[in-house]
Order: sequence, then structure tokens, then C-alpha cells
Amino acid sequence: MQQRVNQAETKTATLWQWINNTFHRFGSPKYFYDLTGKLLPWCWAGVLLVLIPGLIWGLAFAPPDYYQGNSYRIIFIHVPAAGIAMMGYAVMAFAGIVTLVWRMKMADVIAKVVAPIGASFTFLCLVTGAIWGRPTWGTWWEWDARLTSMLILFFLYVSVMALRAAIEHPDVAARATAVLSIVGIVNLPIIRYSVNWWNTLHQPSSIRLTGSSLAPEMLYPLLACIVGFYFLFAVLVMLSARNEVLLREYRSAWVKKWLKP
Amino acid sequence: MTIKRASLPPLLEAASLPPLSQGFGALLRRDLLLASRQRSDLIYPVFFFFMVVSLFPLGIGPDGKLLAKTAPGILWIAALLSTLLATDSLFRQDYDDGTLEILLSSPQSSFVFVTAKVLAHWLVASLPLLLFAPLIAVMLHLDGRGIGILLASLALGTPILSLISAIGASLTVGLRRGSMLVALIALPLYVPVLIFAVGAVETATLGGSVAGHIGYLAAMLVLAVTLAPFAIAAGLAISVKA
Repeated sequence: MQQRVNQAETKTATLWQWINNTFHRFGSPKYFYDLTGKLLPWCWAGVLLVLIPGLIWGLAFAPPDYYQGNSYRIIFIHVPAAGIAMMGYAVMAFAGIVTLVWRMKMADVIAKVVAPIGASFTFLCLVTGAIWGRPTWGTWWEWDARLTSMLILFFLYVSVMALRAAIEHPDVAARATAVLSIVGIVNLPIIRYSVNWWNTLHQPSSIRLTGSSLAPEMLYPLLACIVGFYFLFAVLVMLSARNEVLLREYRSAWVKKWLKP
Repeated sequence: MTIKRASLPPLLEAASLPPLSQGFGALLRRDLLLASRQRSDLIYPVFFFFMVVSLFPLGIGPDGKLLAKTAPGILWIAALLSTLLATDSLFRQDYDDGTLEILLSSPQSSFVFVTAKVLAHWLVASLPLLLFAPLIAVMLHLDGRGIGILLASLALGTPILSLISAIGASLTVGLRRGSMLVALIALPLYVPVLIFAVGAVETATLGGSVAGHIGYLAAMLVLAVTLAPFAIAAGLAISVKA
């Protein structure tokens, strides 16, 4: 009995050590660079095999909607972009927590590169929403709850990027933007809730875990687009993070070696 | 330049420190005294508020009904901008003369001194607004009940605004062109306060019950008072060490 307990303890200890080591290895720019180098082809494959067929399926082959005709097809871009926009902010805030708590270099690289990418997806979501709103609601812009909270999310991205751009010292910029993005993520649910409460015109989500009000011919391409957009997001983040790593580490031996093989 | 906490003599160890309330009181008194020697700080936000509000009738026309309808929004946006502009300089002076560094390196909790500073600032910059708001609200044809609720919403809402913009001010205190940045940081975070406060005043003028709105504002105030000082203290520590 005692032996078994000891065994379990050593197992937990080694598991913990393993987690600890893996976690800390992420702090090494070289490890990150090598790892993303291996992951990138797979994510590209995801973009090519999931996103592109999904988009073609949704935009060209899915049946037109009974009420909205073909204009509904913009959801194949709009909905995935909205998901990425919100997840991007969460990633940034999580990277901010890691930056503040463990002072990990790579977390700030991620936080820095996610901001413009997330802001772009937020903008894409707003623009596609406006284009869809024109034939469906009859206006380009409506002060509807979801539109407004998306707009404020866009503002939050802008404020984080503006703060980073204003601070010259990279370490200070890293920690200051980390604090701001954490403040933002605490506030996001409150903003979301208050805006929702303020005005609701947007239709509720069509996809839920339990059943969906979308027809399967429309749902499957939409799911493919959502998954594909996540691959695209991963590719974009990795590509710009790799650039950022090279830029920050250009003095180190491995980058010099990489530059002049 | 910063003093490491570990290098403090044993005399200053936590056990022998004066109670937190004493530090809080001392800092509050100091800031209020400084403000009383510099009375313009008390007057400027009020005049700014007054001027912004009086621009609206000039911009959208003197129609009484339209003004009464838009009064809650106008008054609140003016109050919000006034708080924002006043908070920009919240930590500037203390940063420039090194007080902030001393405060941060003291073994006392920075949560307490941050709260004291923001409270002092609210008393100086926002309380006068509350006193003048009824006068200005009458000029926009807001009715009696609306004015009462406006005061309640300002009393609950402006401390939240001060705390939020103090976060922005703490992160940008070391920067030369900070003021625009504070606005960019704070304005999106103001949204919930604006929505519930204006909602309360509008409901009051329509004769509805405002308990829900006021309750939400109070809840947000509690949340801001408990969480924002951590962010402000973290922001100051980052800015001062830079």
C-alpha cells in the first residue's frame, strides 16, 4: 500500500516536472522557432484542406436561404471572423498574464503579434456585418448590441496597440500592455452584457451545442469555415511570431547561423 | 534608484508598521491639502463640464423637447470627458518629483495609497461636478425626478470613471504624450457606466423604476473599487521602474 502511494507520488512528481520543463521550454525563442517551423506545414495543410473547400462549398454550392437568398452566404466569413476576433483578445490577455507572472519572453511575442491580427479579424467581422446588413436590415450600420460590442472590442484592440506603440522600452511595453489587456478581458463580459441589455436587434446564435437551427447543408460548410479560420489564424500568428522572434533575437548565435547558412 | 524591499532595516518590517488606515488618512490629507493650495483644480473641471454642455444646444438647436430628451446623454458625456481630462494629470506631479517612487518602495500596501489618491482626486475633481450638475440640468429642461436620479448616477458612476481612467493614467505616466493615450485606453472601458447611468436618468424622466439601473451601477462601483487599485498599482510599478 505504502509502496503504491510512493509510486503514485513519484509519478505525479515526474509528470509535474515534465509539464514544468515543457512549459519552460516555450520560453526559449529557439525552441519556439523550431517548434513552429514543424507545426506550420500542418496548419497550412489545414487552411488548404479545410478552409478553402469550406469556403467554396459555402459560397458556391450551399443552397440559397429561403428568406435572404444569396446574401446570407456572407456568414461563412462573418461568423468565423467574429469567433477569431473574440478568441484573439482572450489569447492576448492570457499571454499578458503569462508575461506578468512568469516573465516569459515568448508570451509577449504572441501578445504583440496577436493584437493586429485580432483587430483585423474584428474589422473584417464589422465590415462583412455591414455589407450583410444593407440588403437584410436596409442599413449599413445599426446600433445593435452585437455590432456595438464588436466595435468596442475593436477599440480595445486599438488601445492596446496604441499603448504598445507609445512606449519605447520593449520590456516596459510588454508589461504595460499585459496589464491593459487583462483589464480589458475583465471588462469585456460587462461591456458585452451592458450593450446587450441596452439594445438587441441581432438574431441570437444559430449554432448551439445541442441542436442547431441551421440546415445541415449550410451548417457543415459553416463548421468547415470556422475550423479553417482557426487554422488561418494559427498560420498568421506563427508567421508573424517567427518574424518577431528573428527581429528580437538577431544578435544571438542561432539567428546569425540561420541568416548565413 | 528604487529601494529594494529586502534591504529595509528590521525596524520597518510589517509588524512594526503603522496601521493601514493611518497611511490612507495621511495621504488623503496630503492630496487634499495640495489641492486646496491649487484651487484652480477644483474649478476647471466644473467650467469644462459647463462649457461642453452648453455647446450641445448650440450644435443641435435650442428646441426644448429635443434637449430634454437628449439631456441625460449630454450631461453624462460631458461629465465623462471632464473626469477623463482631470484624471490625466492624476499621477503626473508625484511622478515628476519622485513621490511616487517613495510611495511604491514603502513596505505599506500600494493598494491603499492608490485608493487614497484616487479618492482624493475624486473629491477634488468630481464632487464639484455633482454640486453644479443640477443647475446645468435645469438649463437642459430636465425635470425634478430626472435631476435627482442624475445626481445619484453621478455619485455612483464618476468614482468608477476615476478608477478606470486612473488605470490609463498609471500606465502612461512616464510617457510624454500621454493624454490622448489615456483617452484611447479609458473611453472603451467607460461604456457600461455610460449605458446604465444614462438608462437610469432616461427611465426616471419617463416615470419608470430605476432600482435596477442604480443597482447595476452600485455593483460596478464595488467591482471597480476592489479590482481597479490592483491594476493601477501594477501600472504605476511598471511605469516607475521604467
